Amino acid sequence: MNDFLFNSWVFGISISILGYQLGLFLKKKFKSPLFNPLLISILAIMLFLVVFHVDYDSYYSGAKYLGYLLTPATICLAIPLYQQLDLLKKNCKAILIGITAGVFASLGSVYLLSRLFSFNHQQYVTLLPKSITTAIGIGISEELGGLVTVSVVAIIITGILGNIAAEKICSIFHIHEPIAKGLALGTSAHALGTAKAMEMGKIEGAMSSLTIGMAGLFTVIMVSLFSHLM
Amino acid sequence: MKSLHQLSIILAITFLAEIIKHFLPFPIPSSIYGMVILLIALNAGWIPLEKIKDTGEFFIEIMPLMFIPAAVGLIVSFKQLDGIFIPVTITIIVTTFIVSAVTGVVSQWVIRFERRRSK
Repeated sequence: MNDFLFNSWVFGISISILGYQLGLFLKKKFKSPLFNPLLISILAIMLFLVVFHVDYDSYYSGAKYLGYLLTPATICLAIPLYQQLDLLKKNCKAILIGITAGVFASLGSVYLLSRLFSFNHQQYVTLLPKSITTAIGIGISEELGGLVTVSVVAIIITGILGNIAAEKICSIFHIHEPIAKGLALGTSAHALGTAKAMEMGKIEGAMSSLTIGMAGLFTVIMVSLFSHLM
Repeated sequence: MKSLHQLSIILAITFLAEIIKHFLPFPIPSSIYGMVILLIALNAGWIPLEKIKDTGEFFIEIMPLMFIPAAVGLIVSFKQLDGIFIPVTITIIVTTFIVSAVTGVVSQWVIRFERRRSK
């Protein structure tokens, strides 16, 4: 019975959606950024898999179809971008300088901390693409010889963290301009940051979705300068 | 039928993006090509916004859901972090804070600088 149930592709998808709805419910109830629906659903599903001795592979065999939707969904981010096109043109200087600074900060801070913790080359290059979108990050990690699965997890944890902490960080550093907020979210936390930026407002969301692609591209270009440092 | 129509436009662009990715040698995912294609198509008026808006916004709304399957994979990749778990965690947390603060502060500075100059 259990085998039948857990090996069905419906299982993986259903439990993912249920977990996410649990997260949405708790968030609505407690209204705290700690009750991040994504984080809650991930933890709840992990707990479920462990408690009921379900293999990750059988969960993933169904749930992976949700992941397939990521490409069309990311493409749809062009919609908010299009709606804010004028704003984008008017602020192109701030956008370019902001994202460049952010990508440098990302690669540079990963380098310094890797030095501090004396990571080996493989561990270092695994973390280098941590702030950019999973799809590009995987490519970079592979290219540089990193541990791809760890890169993926680092990227997702970074995203969740950015998603949860964004509002706090913005208020600590007095970042009040909607454009600057969106750029900060997109550059540090890719699509997950963008999900949050969409909740904050249309301008934040558009800026953040623009950043997913640009920060990824800038990282592809700049990463070769950094990968040889260690 | 409306959503079906919108869905087919989105999937057609996705497919086109996959084809472009296949023929170009860069480590750029198909989603980025697709985003550019859709942006150009919307801007040129080839695809009117309302022909894609509802389904597109639905996709964006449920996007966090799509990260769950890969993230739950942490259950199996934990082992590869043996011995470096804490340093890696600290690195991830600290760099995320630094990147969002630097990006936000720098871009806000540029925005305000430009605004002051244009006055």
